[in-house]
Amino acid sequence: MIAVFSSKLFFRAVLIFNAFMVLLPVFFLFNSALRETNSFASNPFALARDPHWENFQQVWSDGEFATYLKNSLLVTGGSLVVILICALGAGFILGRYNFKGNTALFAFILTGMLVPAKLAILPLFIQLKWMNLLDSHIGLILVYSSGALPAAVFIMSGFFRALPSDLDNAARIDGASELQLLRLVLIPLVRPGMAIVAIYSAIPIWNDFFLPLVFLQSPENKTIMQGLTVFFGQYASQWGVLFAGLTLAALPLITLYLVLSEQFIKGLTAGAVKG
Amino acid sequence: MTASGLKRSQRKYIAALLTPAMATILVFTTIPALTTLSYAFFKWEGFQRGGFAGFVNFQRLFEYPFKDQFFMALRHNTLVFIAIMILQTSLGLLIAYALFRMTRGQRFFRTVTFLPVIFSLVVVGYMWQVLLDPYYGPINMLINDLGLESLAKPWLGSTATALPALVFINLWRWVGFPAIIFLAGLNAINQEYLEAARIDGASEGQIFRKIMFPLLAPSMTIISILTFIGAFEWFDLPFVIGGSNGNPAGATDTLALMFYRLSFGSVDSNANEVGVGSALGVLIFIIVGVGAAAGQYFLRKHEVEQ
Repeated sequence: MIAVFSSKLFFRAVLIFNAFMVLLPVFFLFNSALRETNSFASNPFALARDPHWENFQQVWSDGEFATYLKNSLLVTGGSLVVILICALGAGFILGRYNFKGNTALFAFILTGMLVPAKLAILPLFIQLKWMNLLDSHIGLILVYSSGALPAAVFIMSGFFRALPSDLDNAARIDGASELQLLRLVLIPLVRPGMAIVAIYSAIPIWNDFFLPLVFLQSPENKTIMQGLTVFFGQYASQWGVLFAGLTLAALPLITLYLVLSEQFIKGLTAGAVKG
Repeated sequence: MTASGLKRSQRKYIAALLTPAMATILVFTTIPALTTLSYAFFKWEGFQRGGFAGFVNFQRLFEYPFKDQFFMALRHNTLVFIAIMILQTSLGLLIAYALFRMTRGQRFFRTVTFLPVIFSLVVVGYMWQVLLDPYYGPINMLINDLGLESLAKPWLGSTATALPALVFINLWRWVGFPAIIFLAGLNAINQEYLEAARIDGASEGQIFRKIMFPLLAPSMTIISILTFIGAFEWFDLPFVIGGSNGNPAGATDTLALMFYRLSFGSVDSNANEVGVGSALGVLIFIIVGVGAAAGQYFLRKHEVEQ
């Protein structure tokens, strides 16, 4: 036991083994997307030496993937706009103004973090139906925004609070309105916070299949992860095409992650790590 | 600045900037959450609300046929919590410590470790469903090639192995999360403590046990609580793989799946039980809330100041 701790080799081996365990299934996913379904039975690990790009073609033409992708982009993007605008406004006020009711409003926001969205799904369903927002992207955007906002406001208010108050006074003396102060002076300084909020909110929304499953019915409205559940049933026996579909759905986030891994890690653990 | 000290124009801005966030949370989170609570106390015909029912829905949850489902699901959630707590937390800690000791190449290994966390559970679920396919799945083929035919199992199709297999898939997808939290905790430890201990001749093992591990308590608290919440609201992965009935034969049923079936009807019967479902929803909320609060209270007491 003691010897283990002094050996760098052991820990390097742990990391290499872990990387292997992570990367092998991911490699299998990509590799299989380029293989002919018949070839799996003989050797599931064989390299796709002559890549079957037509798997992707079939996914694209049969699976309505273009529509699903467009819808996911619309819903994720729309939610991000709502979340960032609302969180900037509320974070600015709660982080920089000291007024009666500030603490109470903060407590209200924090209770919003405690409610698991899934358990409120029934009233939400009935409420959206009543508001004519069922089977609509706007309804979905509002529900996602509401779910992400408590944490988003919490994170943004922390960033606003950390800025020196001299900034505000200087801007006010120069005749800036509160909105100009926010827009021209403070927002450029809280950009790192906005990046964290964007990642923290966007990834679970892009990856979610549950709310679309409950709220969206029309085929033309479906999101990518929801569409995948239909697609999986249709192509259960055509592994090549199936993996091409899974790859297409996973690729956008993986690509972004490889470029912005530090921001992703910071963003997704924002709720759990202090400071 | 006090309330009276604010200029009228500033008050206008406060209201205008706060309202969008507050209204969205109120209408799409707070009100539905409170409504769930009220739903549990009414009779329901489909999605039509009937008269006041008192505690009848809660009572029915503990009668045939819901009682057996409830306790089986609760047992599964509890087992999953224990398994994840032991496997995911210890493995996460091991990886975090290995990353901490690894100065060269840390960035690459950290990126790889966290990679599965960004994967959608739909993709993860389907990918592993194929990997674990009983006939053509690579994992069973590998086992057969090694001459261990007796160990090749229909992992997700047999009642004995389905839940452990789901826990394994969950481990694959999530272990990077506790690893990164622990790594942040290790990086936050004042290096001077470690240096001082090394000068005093402490071994790396002693340093980990006596200094680092106790100082990781805050990370441990957060991970325990998030694991508890995640385990008792476990839904996405079992739903993607076992469907809303927790197949095979309810072996992967969870409280959240049961809640979903009661709310929207199951595959084999479209009839839903909104009242009983809401009662179950309230119970899940209480279990998670009380568990998380108790965890927070008891674990915080064991934390030491740096």
